[in-house]
Amino acid sequence: MNTATLFARFVLDSLRSITRGNKLYWTWVAFLLLLMSAGVLAYVHQSRNGLITTSMRDQVSWAFYIGNFTFLVGVAAAAVLLVIPAYVYEWKPIKEVVILGELLAISAITMCGLFVTVDVGHPERLWHLLPGLGHLNLPRSMLAWDVVVLNSYLVLNVIIVTYLLFSLHAGRSPNKKLFLPLVLFSIPAAIGIHTVTAFLYCGLPGRPFWNTSILVPRFLASAFCSGPAVLIVLMQILRRFTRFEIQNEAIWKIAELMSYAMGVNLILLGAEVFKDYYSNTEHLIHMRYMFEGVGGHHAIVPWMWLSVFCSIAAFLVFIVPKTRRNPIWLNLGCALIWVGVYLEKGMGLVIPGMTPDTLGEIYEYFPSHTELWVASGVFATGFLVFTLLVKIATPIMLGDYQPAGAKVAH
Amino acid sequence: MSKSCKNEGCGSGAGCGGAHAATEELDPQVEEATRREFMCVIAGCAAALGVSGCSEITHTSFFQKRFRELGPEERASIVADLEKEFSEKFGKPVTISTQPAREDVQFGYALDISRCIGCRRCVYACVKENNQSRDPQVHWIRVLEMDKEKGIDLAHANAYYDAETVPRPGHFYLPVACQQCDQPSCVKSCPVGATWKEPDGIVVIDYDWCIGCRCCMSACPYGARHFNWTDPSVPAEEINPKMHYLGNRPRMKGVVEKCTFCVQRTREGRYPACVEVCPVGARKFGNLSDPNSEIRYILEHKRVFVLKNELNTRPRFFYFYGL
Repeated sequence: MNTATLFARFVLDSLRSITRGNKLYWTWVAFLLLLMSAGVLAYVHQSRNGLITTSMRDQVSWAFYIGNFTFLVGVAAAAVLLVIPAYVYEWKPIKEVVILGELLAISAITMCGLFVTVDVGHPERLWHLLPGLGHLNLPRSMLAWDVVVLNSYLVLNVIIVTYLLFSLHAGRSPNKKLFLPLVLFSIPAAIGIHTVTAFLYCGLPGRPFWNTSILVPRFLASAFCSGPAVLIVLMQILRRFTRFEIQNEAIWKIAELMSYAMGVNLILLGAEVFKDYYSNTEHLIHMRYMFEGVGGHHAIVPWMWLSVFCSIAAFLVFIVPKTRRNPIWLNLGCALIWVGVYLEKGMGLVIPGMTPDTLGEIYEYFPSHTELWVASGVFATGFLVFTLLVKIATPIMLGDYQPAGAKVAH
Repeated sequence: MSKSCKNEGCGSGAGCGGAHAATEELDPQVEEATRREFMCVIAGCAAALGVSGCSEITHTSFFQKRFRELGPEERASIVADLEKEFSEKFGKPVTISTQPAREDVQFGYALDISRCIGCRRCVYACVKENNQSRDPQVHWIRVLEMDKEKGIDLAHANAYYDAETVPRPGHFYLPVACQQCDQPSCVKSCPVGATWKEPDGIVVIDYDWCIGCRCCMSACPYGARHFNWTDPSVPAEEINPKMHYLGNRPRMKGVVEKCTFCVQRTREGRYPACVEVCPVGARKFGNLSDPNSEIRYILEHKRVFVLKNELNTRPRFFYFYGL
């Protein structure tokens, strides 16, 4: 059979995969669709009345949406960072995870794109970013760079995943010469997307809370915690509901790597806290707003302490071999990491950076209902994309389309 | 024609399309409106899920190029369309200038903080002159009240003092607007090049090119940039009909705006509205290239400083102690 026919069959089988499933699958999909509809309604409301329906104002002009965007860039980056142990060290147990990691990256980037889209005042003008048609302000604008690297990263992952899955589906061995360079290139690209996203903030001298070079390593460290946490939970789900064999060893190894990343993340946070409090300049006020509250404004203080508590607790759970090997503690640890990193990146980075504003005014931000609904719609979309992709990939990776005995090792 | 595409019309592509067939006529004006409506529908579809940012003001077509790239004829035709639309909308003849910078002019501004009494007349003269939204209120100038004991200390500044009682004992006042920096962080940060520094030093925004990402607002160290969080509203009788394309023409929701040194006035040799209205003469404005100008005299003879000097933004807006 020629490649075109094989590809057509791959597409058809993929479509069949996502349109067939058990009750649990359809309940989950219906739930996500429901959330998405709520998100669309909230977005229609926001579109008609303007971003005034959010809690953002001139003083805090980036907030929940951009915080979520930043967090998800981390998820996207980290998923692919698992490629390093898998391919560079030829560490077999993790290898199966790589495809899942790339699927997660695709879903996360989708959400990133949506969060930026819902945040801008004129989404219909986003074509102004297209080189040639519009005008991309390179090399000066960091957001322009972010657009370039995020889209390249998305395309890269879509190509790799499609190629790998198609080859497995067709019963061909993936041509290493073709895909290995792409996979290896995706490693610096993953670091690149998070670095550039950090540059978006740390390149702004008018915002002392962000204007710190430690932001890049902090982003990378926290990303290496949050992305794998999703994969650990997913692998357990797949192991339970499909014939997928994922060794405990792989999960434990990832958990161990996460504990180191969280350790580094906490050290970097500590360094920031020390620098600000010990030097006690006027710039301390942002850190104080985050951890103590300033002038009777405390809206985010409890959340920030919750984030610190969760991060430290997760670090302890994952660093001790006995707890990270216990399934209950392991999943609790993943939840703690998610809460810890999500609050740190989602709210803890953006809001204190803008409060007080550049002229010293404190506007107390807390997301509006519209923002919360739109955001849950975006998350539901991302989860749906991820669900469908995993649904397509699972039977292919299990070799279900191959005649017995002719399965290709991946 | 002024509101060729309302949100309601854009909400459902099918509804919009259905309406088209009924309005097909040979009248070129209607045709034009229909074309725009169609563009809006396309724009709406291109934007997530068919609800676009088509707001009250939809005078420009979806595919309009950047102002800087437009030829003189394209500019003229766009301006003519706009003038027509606004004249109809506000019920008075509106003129929109695209007058470029003069070669021999470099604008500079100086504010005497020993004279400023914090009356905020500049704030409201600016609002009136530049057609800023009245509801919600958009102010390009923020007057900060400070303690004389603390000196210039933004962390303890108060922008919400009661204007009836100024100047309050023990306080002084620091009005802040766009500093028209020579190294503007806002211009650097804009991903689409919708904001730039003109040859005469004014930092301007192309409202039809701005995507509303607000990078410039994060980048600006002076809180000088303001976003239209909803449709700006200015009563027709209060509209200032003398407009500049890069200045005080009415904005739409979802774009950023800021002080332009009253480009519509200053390029014609007039003072900015804030300078004209200041009752104590604290505001000075002029041509830095002219060695005999008042602004040059101040820079050469007074104790002058700029805000946040350490950031190296190199403002064109100077503060000085005249007394």
